[in-house]
Amino acid sequence: MYRILKAGQLAGNIYEMVVEAPRVAKRCLPGQFVIVKMDEVGERIPLTICDYDREAGTITIVFQPVGASTEKFTQLRTGDAFRDFVGPLGQPSDLCLESELEETKKKKILFVAGGVGTAPVYPQVKWLHEHGVAADVIVGAKTKDLVILEDKFKAVSGNLYITTDDGSYGRSGMVTKVIDDLLTNEGKSYDHCVAIGPMIMMKFCCLTTKKYNLKTIVSMNPIMVDGTGMCGACRVMVGDEVKFACVDGPEFDGHLIDFDAAMRRQAMYKTEEGRKLLELREGRTHHGGCGNCGGDK
Amino acid sequence: MADVLKKVPVREQDPKVRATNFDEVCLGYNKEEAIEEATRCLHCKNAKCVQGCPVNINIPEFIAELKEGKIEEAYKVISQSSALPAICGRVCPQESQCEGKCIRGIKGEPVSIGKLERFTADWARENGIKPPAPETRNGRKVAVIGSGPSGLTCAGDLAKYGYDVTIFEALHEPGGVLVYGIPEFRLPKLDVVAKEVENVKSLGVKIETNVIIGKSVTIDELMDEEGFEAVFIGSGAGLPMFMGIPGETAKGVFSANEYLTRNNLMKAFRDDYDTPIVHGKKVAVVGGGNVAMDAARTALRLGAEVHIVYRRSEAELPARAEEVHHAKEEGIIFDLLTNPKEILVDENDNVAGIRCIRMELGEPDASGRRRPVEIPGSEFDIAVDTVIMSLGTSPNPLISSTTIGLDTNRRKCIIADEETGQTSKNGVFAGGDAVTGAATVILAMGAGKAAAKGIHEFLSAK
Repeated sequence: MYRILKAGQLAGNIYEMVVEAPRVAKRCLPGQFVIVKMDEVGERIPLTICDYDREAGTITIVFQPVGASTEKFTQLRTGDAFRDFVGPLGQPSDLCLESELEETKKKKILFVAGGVGTAPVYPQVKWLHEHGVAADVIVGAKTKDLVILEDKFKAVSGNLYITTDDGSYGRSGMVTKVIDDLLTNEGKSYDHCVAIGPMIMMKFCCLTTKKYNLKTIVSMNPIMVDGTGMCGACRVMVGDEVKFACVDGPEFDGHLIDFDAAMRRQAMYKTEEGRKLLELREGRTHHGGCGNCGGDK
Repeated sequence: MADVLKKVPVREQDPKVRATNFDEVCLGYNKEEAIEEATRCLHCKNAKCVQGCPVNINIPEFIAELKEGKIEEAYKVISQSSALPAICGRVCPQESQCEGKCIRGIKGEPVSIGKLERFTADWARENGIKPPAPETRNGRKVAVIGSGPSGLTCAGDLAKYGYDVTIFEALHEPGGVLVYGIPEFRLPKLDVVAKEVENVKSLGVKIETNVIIGKSVTIDELMDEEGFEAVFIGSGAGLPMFMGIPGETAKGVFSANEYLTRNNLMKAFRDDYDTPIVHGKKVAVVGGGNVAMDAARTALRLGAEVHIVYRRSEAELPARAEEVHHAKEEGIIFDLLTNPKEILVDENDNVAGIRCIRMELGEPDASGRRRPVEIPGSEFDIAVDTVIMSLGTSPNPLISSTTIGLDTNRRKCIIADEETGQTSKNGVFAGGDAVTGAATVILAMGAGKAAAKGIHEFLSAK
């Protein structure tokens, strides 16, 4: 069992947990992820690592409920435990390798973080900060209440640009607008961009940065089962090659990703997941006998 | 009087009934049937069956005990050589091993050694008989990577030699392919696999789940920082192969590994488990091995019409004869001498069908089997909504790529001595599918056993 030392909410429906997992904490690097299983009957859910403390042996995870399993995670409190917690999985970010540090120092780096994808961006920016590299960061959220980790980012970023879709806080508009503004109107230039967030956001970030010929790395979060390369569920088309996000990724050159195909694949279990989620939230009450979902049978 | 040339028939679930459930197909012998079958053994002095067994179980001796009704004694004889008899009795390809060498088989049917082994092991479990615990402990630490057949066997034998053994398992459940690969209807998880794992633990073996060697910790760290004096790698061959044909990333195309892992390890067939699985209506399984049969029979039980698509003819099917027989009985359709060219998709990228070409057999190839060749212009489409690729697997490079000085061959298999399991790295041994590429449970057990002996000799000389 993997004890939850702290469970809380960062904003709206975004949750943060600090989990005791010494083996993962000892070795993980920014960009890697873990797989978490709540109990005997639970799914294996891949989650990005938001922070780690090697001495305390803890990992911080941040998530937003999207299906039945992550919805169940929200019921866990400080002192509870996950049955299974395994990692670190995937390749670390290319920017956060000691061996590449000299090269990285020469680059002007822009991070673009959207929604719950803000969490996996944090350890990368923090690692760079600790190694003397100041990267600029755009954090995007739908509205003011959903902006997360602002103080943490302030402490480690070069320039921090916060934007909300509805203009209720920081700049106004999508992250792609900020990219355009910085590069066109505000005289900024970058050699390397990392965009992490919902698939649709990463897709449009890549379309935007392509205009400026700005190399952009994205972090894919496809359907996954084992996370060790065994099942192949997480295969993504990168250029004309099939890659497994769990062992080859999760980070890939965003300009080579077929986002439309990836989004279609992600929707594969939508109906079934939706059914489970509805059942979890509403119990048997939604079974009005509409005959559609078959849940009353 | 029963026909002495024939095996005592084994009871099975009716094909029509079992096609709709995940309960075990074969019901096994009862005591009377087992004793009757045991009397068919000729007790050869120079028993060929023992040579046919990769772990050299003393088959005539255990059958002799069985014939006398001394089942506990029979179990002890098997336990000297095998840690997982209830599993082997179910999944070994006996027809090409022990039973394939049986003298009875020359004129009639061989003795049903597999079913007798299964009966003995099941009886022992039901009567609470455990393998004898090791007499001495030397406290020296050995790490075993992977809790599949080779790892469990190696760990069990090392514990018997007196070592302090820890198994590291990447998944959340011990058992490896016995848990994620082989379905419940062939190998019950709770009653058989979990119990045999418990037996290995009762020898003093510790199992740490959720540790991915190469990611969570490396072999070098295990040896340098955690005090392990030797390491056995039994990590299996887990990476699925795909065909590289158009449409393979469409929705509804799965590797057999994914499909079986969802169903077996994650128990997607049960409503009370959260992991989803796609319930196809018409499913094509590409491949002809045991894994293909498992995937096909699983899809059938989830309610589909299932086609096996295989490029050679029936005689070349690599699957065990019993699996093919069972699959046919249950209503699996075999499209033989047929090879996929393309997966057809609809406008939403869902699988709509599979375009195939007819094949004929030409000259024998390197494997000795006749090479399938395409018949030009014979393309045709099969309408399916799900395609399961079961084309074999290769070893995972996670360990070889993170261990300094561990040599692999061009197929990414770890190079290890067949007799001792010794790899190119001092103190590191390997066996099973990680070395041979995808093979069978019992061959992996044989390798685990050899490596345990190799490790014991290595550490004794140190």
